[in-house]
Amino acid sequence: MGLNISLAPEVLFHIGSFTVTNTYFWFFCLWLFLVVGAIIFKSRIKLMPGKFQNLVEMAISGAYDFTESIIGPGKKAERAFPLVATMFFFILISNLLAYIPGQAAITINTSGGIVPLFRSIVADYGFVFMMTISVVILIQIIAIATSGPFAYIGKFINLRSPLKAFLGIMDLIGEIAKIVSLSFRLFGNIFAGEVLAAVMLFLAPFFVPLPFMFLGLLTAVVQAFVFSVLTLVFISMASEVSPEKATA
Amino acid sequence: MEIEAAKYLAAGIAIGLGAIGPGIGEGIAASKALEAIGRNPEASGKITPLMFVSMAITESTAIYALVISLIILFG
Repeated sequence: MGLNISLAPEVLFHIGSFTVTNTYFWFFCLWLFLVVGAIIFKSRIKLMPGKFQNLVEMAISGAYDFTESIIGPGKKAERAFPLVATMFFFILISNLLAYIPGQAAITINTSGGIVPLFRSIVADYGFVFMMTISVVILIQIIAIATSGPFAYIGKFINLRSPLKAFLGIMDLIGEIAKIVSLSFRLFGNIFAGEVLAAVMLFLAPFFVPLPFMFLGLLTAVVQAFVFSVLTLVFISMASEVSPEKATA
Repeated sequence: MEIEAAKYLAAGIAIGLGAIGPGIGEGIAASKALEAIGRNPEASGKITPLMFVSMAITESTAIYALVISLIILFG
């Protein structure tokens, strides 16, 4: 087949020993856009909102209400909301960037051959993995902070009975499986969408890929939602005091 | 069998078998959620996001199979 699909992102250029890949390039562009946009937006907030401010306020307050409905109102929601909402909007925008028409046609000539300038940021496993790792570490910290270090370790290493020891090991495996499942879900869906779109474009260039692209659009929104909601659910599970400790 | 042919076969079998379970599971999740919405249409705002989350969790095994077959094909 004339397709070239690679799991790793394509290398654009090097700065010293630092490799800049096309996903990193787009990540940096998007980061800059969001940060500068947020600063400009913040300086222009008015008491009487305009059209754009109204839209943003609606999106943010809707997201906040949804966060409260999952994690419960009050301080927990206030603390969890910035992280989860940032993740949602970042993943959503980076997924939707792939649907700008014509971006796939732009290629540049590098020392490693001709490579496409654009690649969906989430289709780089490195980025998704780092995001997931930071989420899982955060969850462990929250769990330690709420139940105390001894109760936290006691959840995994419990020698009171063989059954409890076994369940502790299963809990440990479950924590590690969180990293794998959370990251592979996002990466796999987006990468598979890209591959599917490429294969369909290769087989039949006109009209046939459209339903698949629509499916990809749906996936882009749903996966951004799912990743942030699962993060939220994990945080709320970790921040709940276990029933054993509540009765003790 | 040549190694290249075995690779393609393995990728096809991996994703084909891996998609069976989540396909059934997601169908059950969707049908139950729609049933619940049909019984109580006011609760659809609460049911739909939960349905998406549980479907995403159900999907994980298919995603594992997909990743394995992608690694076999392109890795």
